[in-house]
Amino acid sequence: MKRVPGQGLIEGLGVTLGEFTKTMFPNKGIKKLLPAPSKGAVTVQYPREKEAPPTRARGVIALMEENCTACMLCVRSCPDWCIYIEAHKELAPPRREGGKPRQVNALDRFDIDYALCMYCGICVEVCPFEAIFWSPEYEYSEPRIADLLHDKERLVEWMDTVPEFETYEAGSEAKVLKVPK
Amino acid sequence: MSGAATLAELAYWQQSVLRSVGVLVAVLLPAGTFVYLFLFKAVSFMQSRLGPNEAGPYGSMQLLAEVGKWLQKEDITPERADAKLFKLAPYLVVGTVLLVYAAVPFGPDAVFADLDVGIFYVLAVGSISVIGIIIAGWASANKYSLIGGLRAAGQLIAYELPMVLAVVGVVIQAETMNLQRIVVAQAEGEIFGFGGLGNPFILTQGIGLLIFMIAMQAELTQTPFDMPVAESEIVTGYLTEYSGMRFLMFFIGEFASAAAFSAVAATLFLGGWYLPGLDMDAKYMNVVGPIVLFTKMLVFGFIIFWVRFTYPRFREDQLQRFAWTVLIPLSLVNIGATAVLKVVF
Repeated sequence: MKRVPGQGLIEGLGVTLGEFTKTMFPNKGIKKLLPAPSKGAVTVQYPREKEAPPTRARGVIALMEENCTACMLCVRSCPDWCIYIEAHKELAPPRREGGKPRQVNALDRFDIDYALCMYCGICVEVCPFEAIFWSPEYEYSEPRIADLLHDKERLVEWMDTVPEFETYEAGSEAKVLKVPK
Repeated sequence: MSGAATLAELAYWQQSVLRSVGVLVAVLLPAGTFVYLFLFKAVSFMQSRLGPNEAGPYGSMQLLAEVGKWLQKEDITPERADAKLFKLAPYLVVGTVLLVYAAVPFGPDAVFADLDVGIFYVLAVGSISVIGIIIAGWASANKYSLIGGLRAAGQLIAYELPMVLAVVGVVIQAETMNLQRIVVAQAEGEIFGFGGLGNPFILTQGIGLLIFMIAMQAELTQTPFDMPVAESEIVTGYLTEYSGMRFLMFFIGEFASAAAFSAVAATLFLGGWYLPGLDMDAKYMNVVGPIVLFTKMLVFGFIIFWVRFTYPRFREDQLQRFAWTVLIPLSLVNIGATAVLKVVF
């Protein structure tokens, strides 16, 4: 179809006006006459209504304490050094009857300073023991910046919000979940 | 008229105070309405947003909050700036808007100054703001401000011409430059012998209105013509160094002049404060008239902001070429055609 010069200008005005009426009058039928912008707009009125982030959103990092061996890989790979680990060695009961007690690393301290964290996810990627997980939870702002340092207990609590592992789409490398939740 | 009579009984200083308050209300009320209704709300809806909705019912007090915010900010004058001129510029810009309103009629008696050269005065005064803008650009001692000021000067002069020429068509048809009598001419005009609607000049001067609207958009430096304040290349042009109260003055000036030019456009092309079917000389028109005019202003205001948030910015050379090679010849043809038709009929 041949385009008239200036047709695009008019169409552009039509697009904005169309969006305007769609936002202002989203209802159908006779109720269409009532303006209801809070229904038509895509805005989520955050403090009043919550947005549901995608399940794989990078909200907060959760810790599964049993899996952590204090290997310090996450600490060393963290770009801004916001993970603090302290551990001591202790003896755990043997796996099999009659075995020797095992020597394991027990966590004394596992802190993540969310004032420093830049949510790169390298620690989650690098952890060889599946001890660190992403959770989509995002509401943990604090009036005091020091309170953004989440200690071990707090990080373990976040484990409850970690969603079930979803398999990747077909054709991608299948990641085997070593530790069932 | 009773209104005029009671006004005459007051002392001169009392009249002056009343008139000053009247002008301030006439400037700030439409400007605030434009900002809230169009800049905040209509534009948000066009982008599928909600706009401000926390301050007051439906966010209607947002503007007061904004003003409060600006008043608290530090008033900075750059060290190298020409301090006196730097401080003068915003007042010059706002002052011209106040002057524009002085000649716009709101009703049969509700006019601050019934000037015989009304529209000439309005256009002349309206272009004083260019000087304020150049002063702001120069006195800031900032290269972005200077470039912005120069661009504004070039643009405003280029679009002043088509605007004046578009108005000439109206003046020829109404046979007067007095804004009050232009309104009367539209109210008493006839369309091929049918006088029920009057003859708002939008019908006969449609091209004039189109040119006037485009030139108005450029005069107000609203978006397709916002090269002088293009924030992605020259920060905010001549506004770069302004903060706090003085920035607020420029802000009021921008939107008050949007309202003022809408009022002028409504007076010239939509019949001003007159609505067909109402009694022209009745006293109640002094109350109804401003409301009618205000409604017509809102129509123009919506168009200004609708266009502003639809189109991307013109490049500097495109903008100049458009004014000099399209708008001015077109408005000259419009004047010629109007003059010929005026003589023939």
